[in-house]
Amino acid sequence: MAAMLQSFGVASASVAASDHSIKLPAFAGHSLAVIRSEARSISSPIRGTRKTGKVATKAVAAQAANPASAASKPGHELLLFEALREGMEEEMDRDPRVCVMGEDVGHYGGSYKVTKGLAEKYGDLRVLDTPIAENSFTGMAIGAAMTGLRPIVEGMNMGFLLLAFNQISDNCGMLHYTSGGQFTIPTVIRGPGGVGRQLGAEHSQRLESYFQSIPGIQMVACSTPYNAKGLMKAAIRSENPVVLFEHVLLYNLKERIPDEEYVLSLEEAEMVRPGEHVTILTYSRMRYHVMQAAKTLVNKGYDPEVIDIRSLKPFDLYTIGNSVKKTHRVLIVEECMRTGGIGASLTAAINENFHDYLDAPIVCLSSQDVPTPYAGTLEEWTVVQPPQIVAAVEQLCQ
Amino acid sequence: MACSAAAKILHNPLLISSSRSAEKSDSCCKILGPSSFLGSTSLSKKLVSVNKGVSRASRRSANVVAVSSDVVKEKKLKSNSAAPSLLITKEEGLVLYEDMILGRVFEDMCAQMYYRGKMFGFVHLYNGQEAVSTGFIKLLKKEDCVVSTYRDHVHALSKGVPAREVMSELFGKTTGCCRGQGGSMHMFSKEHNVLGGFAFIGEGIPVATGAAFTSKYKREVLKEDCDEVTLAFFGDGTCNNGQFFECLNMAALWKLPIVFVVENNLWAIGMSHLRATSDPQIWKKGPAFGMPGVHVDGMDVLKVREVANEAIARARRGEGPTLVECETYRFRGHSLADPDELRDPAEKAHYATRDPITALKKYILENNLASEAELKAIEKKIDEVVEDAVEFADESPVPARSQLLENVFADPRGFGIGPDGKYRCEDPKFTEGTAQV
Repeated sequence: MAAMLQSFGVASASVAASDHSIKLPAFAGHSLAVIRSEARSISSPIRGTRKTGKVATKAVAAQAANPASAASKPGHELLLFEALREGMEEEMDRDPRVCVMGEDVGHYGGSYKVTKGLAEKYGDLRVLDTPIAENSFTGMAIGAAMTGLRPIVEGMNMGFLLLAFNQISDNCGMLHYTSGGQFTIPTVIRGPGGVGRQLGAEHSQRLESYFQSIPGIQMVACSTPYNAKGLMKAAIRSENPVVLFEHVLLYNLKERIPDEEYVLSLEEAEMVRPGEHVTILTYSRMRYHVMQAAKTLVNKGYDPEVIDIRSLKPFDLYTIGNSVKKTHRVLIVEECMRTGGIGASLTAAINENFHDYLDAPIVCLSSQDVPTPYAGTLEEWTVVQPPQIVAAVEQLCQ
Repeated sequence: MACSAAAKILHNPLLISSSRSAEKSDSCCKILGPSSFLGSTSLSKKLVSVNKGVSRASRRSANVVAVSSDVVKEKKLKSNSAAPSLLITKEEGLVLYEDMILGRVFEDMCAQMYYRGKMFGFVHLYNGQEAVSTGFIKLLKKEDCVVSTYRDHVHALSKGVPAREVMSELFGKTTGCCRGQGGSMHMFSKEHNVLGGFAFIGEGIPVATGAAFTSKYKREVLKEDCDEVTLAFFGDGTCNNGQFFECLNMAALWKLPIVFVVENNLWAIGMSHLRATSDPQIWKKGPAFGMPGVHVDGMDVLKVREVANEAIARARRGEGPTLVECETYRFRGHSLADPDELRDPAEKAHYATRDPITALKKYILENNLASEAELKAIEKKIDEVVEDAVEFADESPVPARSQLLENVFADPRGFGIGPDGKYRCEDPKFTEGTAQV
């Protein structure tokens, strides 16, 4: 399956935003310099907002249309987990306060090899092997963040972070507010989640929906090596606590990414495939199911627009809205459960903001509200499969 | 347990008696065995012979620290008032006295203000426990960190947060230390390194461990000259919580510069410590994780200060954490909403005789460290400080609507991009606080 994933979707993943004249404000002097066409910087009268120094990072739009085939340099090929590591390593080189904490991140190199080699390079304290105490080491990361460090917490599996829910909700999310803006929590909480290959119910959880109501945190989901590295760097540089959702089955995706440094915007969605007939919103692994379905749809004469929303909280309503205004039909494909999932929130948000532009009700394809079964066939039916997506588009476009 | 402490005073006039032997302490633990079911409150009154204290012998096995504090305590106990060498100087004595009076008067004023409808919600007062806060926090530098629980007003005051800011915070005014957004249970101060203020018990201990981790990181990775220490204050109820044990493990494992201070006031709302804990001697849980565990009389600020000195020095030297169990008592209920009908009046009366402020006053006067007039002057000054704090809080403005959305994110771009392509925080309605985010 990994090979199949590599062959499609990945190449088109890195279509730059500049192709579609999306206006992006510039933040002069801010490290997350995603250059947008209006030269505007955000003035920050808001207490607690910090300005970091000028960093010369290349923005998505500033690069050639397809960064994967940038004319300047050939780029280098790597797998998604290596891209995550590269992002972490670059940030750890850049700022000595960035550190990693988690189970088996140090000597073992991470259970998915994301932190491989980092402990040898940076030492045992900077890449800290913690005991199995999620709530406490997440809290420890928060205390460290409050006192000046920038920790990255790895949940060996996102599901384990349920044990850290107390700290994530109360301290990570709320502490900046309850302290009146005095303390910032620049943590990144990351880990693999999603339905894998027969890993059983508890290792196949989708925590996006559980965390999305927590005020004060941002959530992003990466899906390609390119956006994995960019989002990782952006998350580390952000002053907000960010939860970065990775997917167990996507770690071996291969892509060619630029050699130059780049940082993506945490709040923007990614245009995967522009189209005219229907807007398909998706994220993480389902992006590949959607692209697979898109192939079939194109053969049948449809022209779907595929957007990887990337930012699960907050939603990029601009990119999404522009698409809705163009196609008037929306299909959401997600791996979350039906009840209270990201799709449910997104449906509500689109209905609220773009109701007038819709020609048909929004269709949301989510996983079944079922603990992921072990049996392969049952597991397959739990998540959304490409034929279902094709059928949904056909129905929607009648 | 209701009567055990009362029993202590009846049998042992001195607070921790040297006559108690190792066997006795073992047997006192066995009394709490399965034969006596601690479920009913009526039974608890019968367990008069249960001795909550700790024998010197068993403590000695813990570590050097315990021994040194024993020696000091022994000296002190032999003659409370005519000690050949004084434990504090006059200046120190007055500082301690002022801090404890501030804590007491402030909390009393909080109760008044609450009943007058100036502050609301859950307010947990610290009356009776001042010796712990003063004994520990007055030894810290400004850069050292303090983490507390919901009973945090006095910790914040001892650390240096102005009474005005704390009172404003309690009134919910914008001039409060947390802009009125935190409230009684969330006192934070970046300037004075008060890291909270946590409403859920146990939640703050990992945060304290993290602050200690930063101190070690600064020293070993960033190669800065850093010997900052963190104090984590929490109660007896928290000592049955997972986060407590997980952090004891991590702190001892990495030799973090932290002191875990247990304010054992015997009660977790209405749950007696002895009814909730299989082994009520909390200090013992330290050596189980490889750190010294010390028990100290938390109603005596000088004893607390001695132990604190040693524990903090240990942490500063890089020798790792210490678990200090302070036996103390809260004179009021758990919170202002608690009618406090469950605790035995005899127990309350006993601890009232051990009021830490009275004890320190007695020590100061008997050792001629200061005159009655000087102490009265301090009391008067504190009265004025607290009244000024109330006035300031009263006159301060309530938060404007525009404050609602301001501190949710440190980087307000976290509210995302709106349908018009602009970041939501750039919307004028956002700064008014009326934007729908």
